Amino acid sequence: MSVSLDTATVANLTPSRRGFLITVTAAGAMFSATVPAQAADSFAPTIWYGIDRTGTVTVHIIRAEMGQHVGTAVARIVADELEADWAKVKIDHVDSDPKWGLMVTGGSWSVWQSYPLYSQAAAAGRIALIEAGAKLLGVPVNACTARNGTVVAGKASVSYGDIVTKGDLSRNFTEAELAKLPIKTPAQRRLIGKPTQARDIPAKTNGQGLYGLDAKVPGMVYARPKLPPTRYGSKVVAIDDSAAKSVPGYIRAIALEDASGTIPGWVMVYADSFVAADRATEALKVTWTSPDAIKVSEADLQARARVLVADTSKGGLVVEDPGVDAAFKSAASTLAQTYTTATALHFQMEPVNALAFEKDGKFEIHTGNQWQSLVLPWLAQALGRKEHTIVLRTYLLGGGFGRRLNGDYAVGAALASKAIGGKPVKMVMTRADDSRFDSPRSPSVQTVKMAFGEAGRVVAMEHVACAGWPTEAMAPFFMPKGANGVAFDPFAANGTNHWYNVGPHRVRAVGNDLANQTFRPGWLRSVGPGWTNWALESFMDEAALKAGVDPLTFRLKLLDASGKNAGSAPNSVGGARRQAAVLNRLAAKAGWGKPLPRNTGLGLATSFGQERDMPTWTACAARVNVNPATGAVKVEKLTLVTDAGTIVHPDGALAQVEGAALWGLSLALFEGTTFENGQVKDTNLDSYTPLRMGDVPELDIEFIDNGEAPVGLGEPATTVVGPAIGNAIFRAVGARVRDLPIRAEAVRAAMQA
Amino acid sequence: MTTFRLNGRDITVGGPDDAPLLWAIRDDAGLTGTKFGCGIGQCGACTVHVNGEAVRSCLTPVSSVAGQSVTTIEGLGGQHALQKAWIETQAPQCGYCQSGQIMQAAALLKTKPKPTDADIDAAMAGNLCRCMAYVRIKKAIKLAAGVKA
Repeated sequence: MSVSLDTATVANLTPSRRGFLITVTAAGAMFSATVPAQAADSFAPTIWYGIDRTGTVTVHIIRAEMGQHVGTAVARIVADELEADWAKVKIDHVDSDPKWGLMVTGGSWSVWQSYPLYSQAAAAGRIALIEAGAKLLGVPVNACTARNGTVVAGKASVSYGDIVTKGDLSRNFTEAELAKLPIKTPAQRRLIGKPTQARDIPAKTNGQGLYGLDAKVPGMVYARPKLPPTRYGSKVVAIDDSAAKSVPGYIRAIALEDASGTIPGWVMVYADSFVAADRATEALKVTWTSPDAIKVSEADLQARARVLVADTSKGGLVVEDPGVDAAFKSAASTLAQTYTTATALHFQMEPVNALAFEKDGKFEIHTGNQWQSLVLPWLAQALGRKEHTIVLRTYLLGGGFGRRLNGDYAVGAALASKAIGGKPVKMVMTRADDSRFDSPRSPSVQTVKMAFGEAGRVVAMEHVACAGWPTEAMAPFFMPKGANGVAFDPFAANGTNHWYNVGPHRVRAVGNDLANQTFRPGWLRSVGPGWTNWALESFMDEAALKAGVDPLTFRLKLLDASGKNAGSAPNSVGGARRQAAVLNRLAAKAGWGKPLPRNTGLGLATSFGQERDMPTWTACAARVNVNPATGAVKVEKLTLVTDAGTIVHPDGALAQVEGAALWGLSLALFEGTTFENGQVKDTNLDSYTPLRMGDVPELDIEFIDNGEAPVGLGEPATTVVGPAIGNAIFRAVGARVRDLPIRAEAVRAAMQA
Repeated sequence: MTTFRLNGRDITVGGPDDAPLLWAIRDDAGLTGTKFGCGIGQCGACTVHVNGEAVRSCLTPVSSVAGQSVTTIEGLGGQHALQKAWIETQAPQCGYCQSGQIMQAAALLKTKPKPTDADIDAAMAGNLCRCMAYVRIKKAIKLAAGVKA
């Protein structure tokens, strides 16, 4: 039996379809340009966009803009289906409001989830506009077409603006009608897949773009938190501000009371400027209780994970096909290897911050955030008020990468304001604060096993993955139950449930309890597959070696699209056949099998991206040169082939793959930290060293656009680069590395092993 | 109290002499295009020009620029060849580092109007782009400089 990892989860995550349906069906009203409630001068057939009397279309975007140009992509979907004039399309990144349904930006979901919803909404609008336009023109509906913001019938035409102004837009659609609305075929698209410039970019070149850090209101004071020694369990014993008082501008320090438990032990330091708040925080002396977590090290976390991996009674069975144990027992041979990854930081460039205050009965939080629907209940609990009296105002994000899915900083700012009677407080963390209380990617330990029959035939596989679980820490309601009835974190298991046909397959995901007690694990760009693929795809090369087969041939043979790997509509049409196709294309493009200079190797890795139910077929080849004396690895070139179905905004898609691939490289060779005394050791750029411009290899990136359903693009490339490098190192110098990040010493040691 | 020229206009700011220039620009002058990143001069998000040279404003005491000429991203005017090239190449992703990247690149082109790849790598090494939009940043610099991509 195989447990579907994501169906339930994804259903929960889909943005409010109801918002659309209710708006349309409960009120043909909403289709009327003359309904006062909707303002007489606009046509808003759904909550997702509106058209005013000038014909300007405003598309409401519930996703955070953090570098993916998501507003442009989503607005292009609407404009194409609506036949709008792109020059008259505006993008509106909305504040939080219950009417939007679930507000979250992550998982590479945005375009994938928005496409059907916004296409359908736009198709409904187009039909209503054509019908109203036909009436104004005095011609039958079937004589009209919509094009570029105008309804046309022969030589006569009327603009959308005029239809909104003069037309009768009363129109009812039943749910059944809505479901059947004709969405354009790929050949009919005019904007989707065509080049365009991202709308958010100009303001990011002239200093005009407003990020959370730039939010201000008159009379606000600054605050910086004095952070406790541990995420959990530190209680304030005493505060001594005698030295802080000598900092000009220092106001006071308050130990925050947090009923939501989000920020236990935080002491807020108020001042009239950030500089004063920063200096006063340094000068302030706070005594906390010392919970056990203060002693935990990276080695402790890894040791605990190894115990949990070995204990078969622990964890949830993500995949449990019948016959795994029997296949291993009767196997001609088996292979087992263990892989680890170290703690990694988000290190988004804008340290987390928020401005909070109470105004007109509402609590306003001005900040960049990726998961408004997650933090609002925390805020409500912390502030002791109803969710609908709290609003998150939207700003650009100076990087997200998953850090801002955890809105703890919004709780800090809100409580800081509440503690001084709702006056405006701008809480800004320093870089080191941000790193110390990052929700880092947990260290992990994974063991992968394979059973072989005659002539190296693969007959069974088992994968055990253990790490701290972000979803357990912050959103346990998103955890499905495994085949054994035990809940697991899907975002710490994705990637293991692959599309290879390996015979009976078992995946066990185990939460590292010590990690979750020590820190708040986070979702970091590419999430589960960012580390599960390190094990899986490194192992596939090791298994190929064991089977005596070329690693490309070995994978292609297993990607036979049979049985559960055949794929299904709409998202995974073609199944593993499409993964084989990207791999074949990659091999040709990267020159697989061609001779290379000494100490140089080409390594492969492939993946289905973030989730089995939303596969982004991805393959990477890394060409590396290894210095045999030092073990230093230089990545010379990364070649990537991606099949993400329909590509909505081609240049934005390319930018995402460029950035995601370099993230993969950075995580593989340049980043990584360790826990020491319950905290991450590296908190700033003096010792945490992400990739810089001079480290960038040649990139060769290609998309296979086949018109299939659009899926996610922000993360999949990140997941394949590390294992491709590891495999390339082996092919260059025969050294197998199993710990991420890959350090020169480890390569050198493996060469001598 | 410190008086300096900011984007061509004199400005006087209060606060301690050793307060970073960054916060005088952001809070006293209200120009928020210059960003706070690492606070230790190693990410480059706070890069501005002092008398035409790129400096890290997070580490520059405000008193040290008394009487000097400071230029921020807002002072570049919006039509600078680099700003146009940044749009042409669609360089920014989240954009948070880009004011600093552009100011750093502008200083580079003043001293080396036709930089080599190595010149660009060396000059931009102190500017982190966490979105890793490096390929396009480099392309934009070359485009603005009129050197072969």
